[in-house]
Amino acid sequence: MGAINSIEQLEAYRQEIAAEVKADLPTVLVCFGTGCQANGARPVAEAFSDIIAEQGLELNLSIGIKTTGCHGYCENGPLVALQPQGILYLKVKPDDVPEIVEKSIKKGEIIERLIYRDKTTSEMIAEYSEIPFYKHQHRIALRNIGAVDPTNIDDYFLAGGYAGLVKALGMKPDDIITEIENSGLRGRGGGGFPAGTKWRSCVAVDSDVRYLLCNGDEGDPGAFMDRSIMEGDPHTVIEGMIIGAIAIGAHMGYIFVRDEYPLAVRNLSSAIEAAREKGLLGENILGSGFSFDIKISRGGGAFVCGESSALMRSVAGEVGEPRAKYIRSVERGLYDKPTVLNNVETWANVPEIIVKGAEWYASLGTEGSKGTKVFSLVGKVNNTGLVEVSMGISIRELVENIGGGILNGKRFKAVQTGGPSGGCIPERMADLPVDFDSLTEAGSMMGSGGIIVMDEDTCMVDVAKYFINFLVEESCGKCTPCRDGLPRMLDLLTDITEGRGGEEHVALLEELCDLLTWGALCGLGTSAANPVLSTIKYFRDEYDAHIRDKKCPAGVCKALITYSIDPEACTGCLLCAKKCPQECITGERKEPHTIDTAKCIKCGVCRDVCTYDAVRVS
Amino acid sequence: MTDVTQFDRIIDRYEKTEESLLAILQDFQREFHYVPEEGIRRLSEVMEVPESKIYAMGTFYKAISLTPRGRHTIKVCTGTACHLKGAPQILETLERELKVKRNGTTTDGEFTLECVNCVGACAMAPLTLIDEEYHGQTRSSKIMDMVKKQVGS
Repeated sequence: MGAINSIEQLEAYRQEIAAEVKADLPTVLVCFGTGCQANGARPVAEAFSDIIAEQGLELNLSIGIKTTGCHGYCENGPLVALQPQGILYLKVKPDDVPEIVEKSIKKGEIIERLIYRDKTTSEMIAEYSEIPFYKHQHRIALRNIGAVDPTNIDDYFLAGGYAGLVKALGMKPDDIITEIENSGLRGRGGGGFPAGTKWRSCVAVDSDVRYLLCNGDEGDPGAFMDRSIMEGDPHTVIEGMIIGAIAIGAHMGYIFVRDEYPLAVRNLSSAIEAAREKGLLGENILGSGFSFDIKISRGGGAFVCGESSALMRSVAGEVGEPRAKYIRSVERGLYDKPTVLNNVETWANVPEIIVKGAEWYASLGTEGSKGTKVFSLVGKVNNTGLVEVSMGISIRELVENIGGGILNGKRFKAVQTGGPSGGCIPERMADLPVDFDSLTEAGSMMGSGGIIVMDEDTCMVDVAKYFINFLVEESCGKCTPCRDGLPRMLDLLTDITEGRGGEEHVALLEELCDLLTWGALCGLGTSAANPVLSTIKYFRDEYDAHIRDKKCPAGVCKALITYSIDPEACTGCLLCAKKCPQECITGERKEPHTIDTAKCIKCGVCRDVCTYDAVRVS
Repeated sequence: MTDVTQFDRIIDRYEKTEESLLAILQDFQREFHYVPEEGIRRLSEVMEVPESKIYAMGTFYKAISLTPRGRHTIKVCTGTACHLKGAPQILETLERELKVKRNGTTTDGEFTLECVNCVGACAMAPLTLIDEEYHGQTRSSKIMDMVKKQVGS
């Protein structure tokens, strides 16, 4: 059918498509997120389609299978979920497909080899909702991801989609803003500014044109929730933006997406097109008289464009340099018009808040940070992926209960939050609740929600150097403190990691940190001190070891380590000797090998190939 | 005389406003693996914007390259999770084996080696992209075999 011209027609259409669903028949859901596709989800989906067509199986959907967005548990992909049983199979290969069809789809049997097995308790769990990774989650922004087909608008309607828009069309714009204010929703992009307050200040500015923007320039390394939402449930973002547009009276919106996310661009573009066809975007939305449309703007691979004023310049086709913020973008933003910019995850929360009400949302989370937050739990942790939990959960619960503890039974050292603007929080503070204010108080920040777990093999000085190097590359060069201060900080940190550091290096670093915090033009520079100051504050002993003892306790900083082979553990298999690019490992078969340290370039290949864990770093 | 139709075909997909400049440059990049000088000249003529402005964008945005890139692009993800799980070793191995520095192109024009600050697939760290195909949990000892297998050399 073509455009839907009224709210009544929309509800009739929803009922019409719902009548065609045969909920008791099986549905196969194959995860088509970036992670699962990289792990080979496409051949798995094709194998299902082939068998279903060949055997003429009657399934819930005419297409037989449904490809969905990211389930979040990327590490174990390709993931296949079976409905209505609610079974989740991990690491599925095309060869497993005939067996899944025969046993699970036809007879309802569970294939034990493909289900989740707890790494510590060895408990086997087949039900999706009982797996610890999912059990502790409360999904609002991610509510549809993994369940709906992002390329099929009907599937979004079936999941209750655009009900928030329907409700918003019946509300006064001012009441929508009040609802968002009362919900306590704070910006999910990093700053944590109350969304309702931002909308209200934009409306307060007198102007005939207003713009509405969605920030999908997820630049923080280690965070990928926005990618997952844009790829897996693009209509949620679009619906949130239309509701926002009604509230502030905007008629044009832009979604700014990173160039590194091609699948997100594709899925968003087709969703915008589908929404236009159905009359949900464009002129006279659902016959309401209100008009609003969305364009996609692709980023150019510059981290600084995640900053609001730089982003707006980039959308306008300029070089993405930030400007001083004595005039806020709600007053003069894109094309100097009042502009509301919110992050992808913020927009994804909006439809659900409108449907279920501010009171419901405000009952979740903590006093100052309402609702839930999506975290990307990555690094040295057993279960990595995206998790959405109520604000206020402790770091320890995240790492241990959901993350399943540290990889290979190593010691938990720290978590890094907030990307290059955030800091490192040590294990001893892991009972800290994760919310906007607690993290800022601890010298880090929420940022977009990346939680990078670090173990005893992570060098904290190297981590500080890593982030400063990142910022040196990404600094736009407009203001002096950032352009010239960051390379000096990198020099100092390089000296420390290469054994040339003295006591004065730390003092100089602290001085430069102070200069950037107070002197830089935009957030990139003013928050650049966090990775350095937080590691100096909590891991001073590691800086001291590098400076005084010329040692890297974690065995990372190349200039301060040597490789050797433990004769007790070495079985003399010759593998490392064969792979060594310097040919500096010698030894007879079945005899312990030795490394010639004078020739060794510390590339780590020997440690990587050794299956007996015999290569030591000291 | 350069054939401008190859540029016009891309330019014509977009509205003639400055908003479209970056998208057009990105499409040039995808099509030609870099942004040729003639392309910038043509874009400047059609859009009626100074070439200097297009150059300013071309040098500012990392996604745009003004020099030709290799036939194959290898991108090593150097996001935080990948860094912790061994991206530096992977990058060094590729630099050593391909005899090229990061962001450089091999002398035979076969490979360009790039670093990318997080492709958002951190759960599969460390990650390497060979011609836009994702390879998760890559290892320094296996990376060269993977490259050879995919490009078939």
